[in-house]
Amino acid sequence: MNYVIVGNSAAAIGAVEGIRSVDREGKISLFSKEPHPAYSRPLISYYLSGKVTPEKMYYRDPDFYERLQVEAHLGIEVQALRLEEKKVELPTGEKTAYDRLLIATGGKPISPPIPGREYSGVSTFLTWDDVKELGKELFPGIKVVVIGAGLIGLKATEALVKREANVTVAELSNRILSAILDEDSAQIVQNHLEEQGVKFQLNNTVAEILGQKGKVTGVRLQNGENIECDRVILAIGVRPNLDLVRDTEIKLNQGILINPQMATSVSDVYAAGDVSEGYDKICQENRVLPILPNAYKQGFNAGVNMAGGSSAYLGGFAMNAIGFFDLPMLTAGIIKPNAPDFQEYIQQDQAKQSYKKIVLRAGKLVGYIALNSVDRAGILTGLMDQEVDVTPFREHLLQEDFGYIHFPKELRSQRLTLRK
Amino acid sequence: MKRVYAREEVCVGCKLCEVYCATAHSEYPSDIVKAFLKQRTKPLPRILVEDNLEISFALQCRHCDEAPCTKACISGAMQKDLVTGIVRNDESRCVGCWTCILACPFGAIRRDNQGHKVASKCDLCSNGADDSDPANASNVPICVQNCPNRALQFMDSGIEGGE
Repeated sequence: MNYVIVGNSAAAIGAVEGIRSVDREGKISLFSKEPHPAYSRPLISYYLSGKVTPEKMYYRDPDFYERLQVEAHLGIEVQALRLEEKKVELPTGEKTAYDRLLIATGGKPISPPIPGREYSGVSTFLTWDDVKELGKELFPGIKVVVIGAGLIGLKATEALVKREANVTVAELSNRILSAILDEDSAQIVQNHLEEQGVKFQLNNTVAEILGQKGKVTGVRLQNGENIECDRVILAIGVRPNLDLVRDTEIKLNQGILINPQMATSVSDVYAAGDVSEGYDKICQENRVLPILPNAYKQGFNAGVNMAGGSSAYLGGFAMNAIGFFDLPMLTAGIIKPNAPDFQEYIQQDQAKQSYKKIVLRAGKLVGYIALNSVDRAGILTGLMDQEVDVTPFREHLLQEDFGYIHFPKELRSQRLTLRK
Repeated sequence: MKRVYAREEVCVGCKLCEVYCATAHSEYPSDIVKAFLKQRTKPLPRILVEDNLEISFALQCRHCDEAPCTKACISGAMQKDLVTGIVRNDESRCVGCWTCILACPFGAIRRDNQGHKVASKCDLCSNGADDSDPANASNVPICVQNCPNRALQFMDSGIEGGE
């Protein structure tokens, strides 16, 4: 069996491990645009702040490719898919044949049509090379405007502040981290970041990037205000990197459509990770879920099926662990419902900067926010994943000491003991 | 693989398992006095006793076959050993992002904020010894050895005879 994997991040690595859990012999060829062995993308902000050294950036140990017998072609970008011939085309024009193909090309930054984005000093924040280059340009007191107060924009902001930059964040939404926090919890995090010197422009965005002699000098905001700056980071978000598949017969929506086996509409072609659009069991619809745990799981599942095993991934859901300046938060699922069939329960303690919210639908937990109150929150994630009816112990879910002791006895023994 | 199973009907909630676990994972693994007296940071147990007035039981990493923490880990620090089945966190690579805490359905991973922020969890007392040697996984974990009334059992599958 000849496997070809396009991509080299969490989904691709998951696929390698999935294939090898079934097939120890088949030939795996992996192609990656980036020249590095698989590294952890979420660690790039830690790298920029100096918390993670280069050798700790790698997602797997140095002998990973050799140990799992992977022919890794790093820095070799697949140019085109020749699905009718079951081949991929390389930069040399040479073609490599596959029996099973995985597309794990990830996401690419959304590049908004802002005038001036071609100035030098404007960059995105997605790859290791992005932050290596940015790191060289930083100096204490450098003024940076970050466009977008999402997960990427704010992790970039935190790292920049640790490198003594003055950062202003512009965000179109009415709050920061709008994908994972509601207004009240977002306000707590915003206050915390402001205490570290970060400035925010909410309900506002950058209308134009200003520059002189090809270099950025500032931004003009939508409300007409100008801000001087030395760098601009574009962090509006990411979307599936569909460059390779757009002109093929592979069915797309926002991402490549996949079934529970991670198979696309074209036989022997699979997709996984940020490029794909799989089922979200909480939202109950197909969705792009660009988060690492989902990418790895989809990749592993794809690998098992590509190798002839049988494994169904019945869907993931949004979940994020993130923190800024020692203020951690875990969130999952639907955190701000806008329909009447949901119930929300909230417990907060302003003094402790803690905020906990659960969202229920028909007796089942479908979302939560655990801000600065994160211990054992994974129990809630598990209740969501297993679609447990939490009605019998609902009143305990927000308690600080919530645990298996509050589960009905039968459910607890089912979970904690392996039954015959 | 062998795992630790709790029998809540005989657990007295003494928390000796926590004490022995914290000691065994301290800088003075065989000296309880020194562990709590001399270590700069407080030794933390990797097992947790859940307790109300009626029932109590100890809970630690289940070393899941499909361990969600290993799949969710952003740094590659959390790995399941393919030979022993033990899920272990390489603390030198852990950045304390808490994605494993988000993913663990048992709430069995603890934050250790005392030094370099890391996720702390049960390693079945394999102590980072050579993973490839299955012999190292056959040792009975310290919590089980020291449970005064055998409420903790180290065995291949769930509690015999149910209940």
